[in-house]
Amino acid sequence: MSAQTPILDIKNLSVHFRVYGGVLKVLDGIDFHVFPGEKVGLVGETGCGKTTTMKAILRVLPTPPAVIPNGEILFKGQNVLKMSERKLLDMRGQGISMIFQDPTSALNPVFTIGQQLEAVIRHASPQNHRLSRSAIEQRARLALREVALADPDRLLNSYPIQLSGGMRQRVCIGMALSTDPELLIADEPGTALDVTIQDQVLRLLQRLVDEKQKSVILITHTLGIVRQTTDRVYVMYAGNMVEVAPTKRLFAKPAHPYTQGLMAAVPRLSGGGISEGIPGRIPSYMNPPVGCRFHTRCPYAMPVCERLKPPVFTVDDEAHQVACFLYDAPDKVQAYKQEQVAV
Amino acid sequence: MSAQAVPSTPSPEIRHSISPEELARIKRENRRDQFGRAWYKFSRNPLSVLGAAIVIAITLMAIFAPIIAPYPKHAEPFTDFASASQPPSAEHLFGTDEIGRDILSRCIFGFRYSLVMGIVVLALVVPVGVFLGLVAGYYQGTWIDTVVMRVTDIFLSVPPLILALAIASVLEPNLTNAMLAVSLMWWPWYTRLVYGLASTLRNEYFVVSAETVGAGTGHILLREILPNMISPIFTKISLDMGWVIIIGSTLSFVGLGVQPPTPGLGTMVASGARFLPDQWWIAIFPALSIVFIVLGFNLLGDGLRDLFSAEEA
Amino acid sequence: MRLVSLDSLYRFVTFITQRLFQSIFVLFGLSILIFTIARVLPGDPARTALGARAPQEVVDRLRAEMHLDEPITVQYTFWLTDALRGDFGDSLVTRRAVTTDIAEFLPASLELVLFAGIITAVGGVVLGTISAQHKDTWIDNVIRILSYAGVVTPAFIFAIIFLLIFGLALDWLPSIGRLSEGIPKPPVVTGLITVDALLAGQFGTFWDAFQHLILPGVALSLGSLAQEARITRSTMADNLSKDYIAAERALGIPDRVVMTRFLLKPSLIPTVSIFALDFAANLANAFLVELIFNWPGLSRYGVNAMLRKDLNAITAVILILGVIFILVNIVVDLVVSALDPRIRLRTARSD
Repeated sequence: MSAQTPILDIKNLSVHFRVYGGVLKVLDGIDFHVFPGEKVGLVGETGCGKTTTMKAILRVLPTPPAVIPNGEILFKGQNVLKMSERKLLDMRGQGISMIFQDPTSALNPVFTIGQQLEAVIRHASPQNHRLSRSAIEQRARLALREVALADPDRLLNSYPIQLSGGMRQRVCIGMALSTDPELLIADEPGTALDVTIQDQVLRLLQRLVDEKQKSVILITHTLGIVRQTTDRVYVMYAGNMVEVAPTKRLFAKPAHPYTQGLMAAVPRLSGGGISEGIPGRIPSYMNPPVGCRFHTRCPYAMPVCERLKPPVFTVDDEAHQVACFLYDAPDKVQAYKQEQVAV
Repeated sequence: MSAQAVPSTPSPEIRHSISPEELARIKRENRRDQFGRAWYKFSRNPLSVLGAAIVIAITLMAIFAPIIAPYPKHAEPFTDFASASQPPSAEHLFGTDEIGRDILSRCIFGFRYSLVMGIVVLALVVPVGVFLGLVAGYYQGTWIDTVVMRVTDIFLSVPPLILALAIASVLEPNLTNAMLAVSLMWWPWYTRLVYGLASTLRNEYFVVSAETVGAGTGHILLREILPNMISPIFTKISLDMGWVIIIGSTLSFVGLGVQPPTPGLGTMVASGARFLPDQWWIAIFPALSIVFIVLGFNLLGDGLRDLFSAEEA
Repeated sequence: MRLVSLDSLYRFVTFITQRLFQSIFVLFGLSILIFTIARVLPGDPARTALGARAPQEVVDRLRAEMHLDEPITVQYTFWLTDALRGDFGDSLVTRRAVTTDIAEFLPASLELVLFAGIITAVGGVVLGTISAQHKDTWIDNVIRILSYAGVVTPAFIFAIIFLLIFGLALDWLPSIGRLSEGIPKPPVVTGLITVDALLAGQFGTFWDAFQHLILPGVALSLGSLAQEARITRSTMADNLSKDYIAAERALGIPDRVVMTRFLLKPSLIPTVSIFALDFAANLANAFLVELIFNWPGLSRYGVNAMLRKDLNAITAVILILGVIFILVNIVVDLVVSALDPRIRLRTARSD
């Protein structure tokens, strides 16, 4: 697999937000890649920068306040951050498309579903741009049928407010797939819905991407979903990628203390009682902790963690990597620990 | 649960766990803390601070006008034709008017009338408007609601300035009647604001539960509902000071407010307008003084609004 | 499709009927209010009308003629019956029927206020949009400072400053009246000279009348323009960071389309909603601006009536302005519900 070139390759990407009173360093040099046909999971607490990363990929972060001080995002070998407007428009929709987190806020409240869906289809490619109105409408109906929505004619004339949450989520999925993208980003699909509807929507999504063999990035904080649906998982904490591994190995042997904490926080049917979770909260992005951003909450924090940002270490083999000093050579780890005594 | 199940006095542990002095101290500190935080946020916005500074400066000038004004005599009937219509100079910063009065001194005294206008009108209007809005909002859907709000609609169906002009015109033109005219037109804005807030709040759990335990209507309106709408009301008062002062000066400008030779700012603009464009300072400095006051209250009001809306978010 | 449009037609008709019904009620109330102001407040209208030196028996005769000796309710009934027949009595100032005066002066005011309304709406939206799209740059800051200045400056001060600078000192634009001397008047169709001149093909007249409109029109509109600009800026800046804008861009809709279509429509809703209030401010401020620019409109007529306690004229002018304001409110509500399906669907459901 590693012989292949990734369809999406993010290298050392940082995103900052200039706000009143300072700079929020939301992403701090992350690396991330997706191979063609691969389903990649991205997990982490709310507010750790998952959505920001995805918005950066599509260059839809509002700038200002967002600035990208360093890094590159390669989509099929081309740097998204340096693309011309024309190329960018080709990439959005046809190349990569995205299902937003909350279907209620992701649909424009004052336009009908038809107006929005048809605009997406019309601008998906130059060929579509020349299609007749009725052909576009036909495609829109198809897109709605594909996500198992009955009565597309009525839906096309409806406003988002007239639909239920589950229907809106389906519309969002239909819209994202209507451009026939190579890579689909799904940002916590169904989180805003109740559990049974969420389950239906996820099954639908899974079936569609399997049928169409899309590459997928699935963002979620529900570990169960990641386990069922992805090939490989990235774990993110406070704007850093802290661990990546094939899904099975991550669940079998989580390496980073944060990942371990996440796993322990999942209530198990057989485990009995509610787990302890991870004490503390995501740190402020205005003055993030120096060194490893997790050291303030880490049970294994060593003196070095407060000084240096941990580089990426390999666990077992190249496929499993972790940004944590605990996985440096054993003698070095001993040295890190003894620093404490020396100080 | 029967009535006997509730102990008549709280259990000793609870009663002694915190002494009344201790509780008072904690409450005091909390309040100070809250105030400190609000002030900190407010002071981060330079425009709000500027607004507060302007308002304080104008208030001080108005109070101490006889001490601050370089020629306090010029605010009274006074003529000095020898130094009439002089352009701004070191001696007369804003120049002198057509009968030789120092315009700066008259502007400083003019602040008095503008402030009095704003304060008196709002002092009359706010309690009435708030009371009607509270009652109508609480008794939403009853005949009280219908009567109060339909009458409010009627008052709001014509721009307030026009009706204020009409009322002022049938009365003797003076400051008192101008204030009366504006007050008669201004209460419906508060009624409408408070009505909207009260009709939402009355369905909140804390109101419903107060009703359930048998609290009186007065208690519910004044102790449960009213405290929860203090911030929007205060924001509106601060912004309205500006609007009332504009309307007051407009009435004076037309000749239906403060009468010459009393130095009302609008009156001064009106009489100065005759000498445009050559002796521009006679009208322009009083005009700028009006803008200055209104700017102060608007900046302050916007600052308060930002503060309160940030608190809610 | 057909079903949908029939449905919306039904909603439209219901809405209009309801609003007209409410308006009649409000106007009725307004007439009582003005009548009360005119009659209950101190002073004898007949004495005021005739002046201090008129002999007492003349005053008494006029009192009888005006039914002033009857109870107030009877007086009001008389007044209302006359008013419903279109008779508001005679004006003390012009010695003509008030309705004749109104017919003469109303078009000039409408022309001014409509022109100011257009400047308010277009200028406010354009400035607000520019400000939002350049948020936190110097362009934005300059626009924001200017709109602040606009909001806090009373219209009569703008009027005086404009008159001073552009009308008198620089003499760029005419500052008195509606038309220069010697310019032929167009045949009256709408009463708005600019429109009538265009209809008659008299472009010279149009140009002259338009120049006369500029100073009073701009002076009248600046305050509300500033208000509109501020609202537009803040909603648009808010909406720019909404998820649906990011989603539409992410799915490949070009920024040009997103900005002009998908961002503009939701952002216009608050702007349009407060337009009714801005229009009211313009109507009110016309009272001063017309006075200062000697604009022969209803508002100048109204101020003069007020200064001379011409009660019949005052009552009629205020009622007419009430009607105009109510109509503007209805139009604004229609536009808002056309823009915002949430409001449209909610009212439909609650019916």
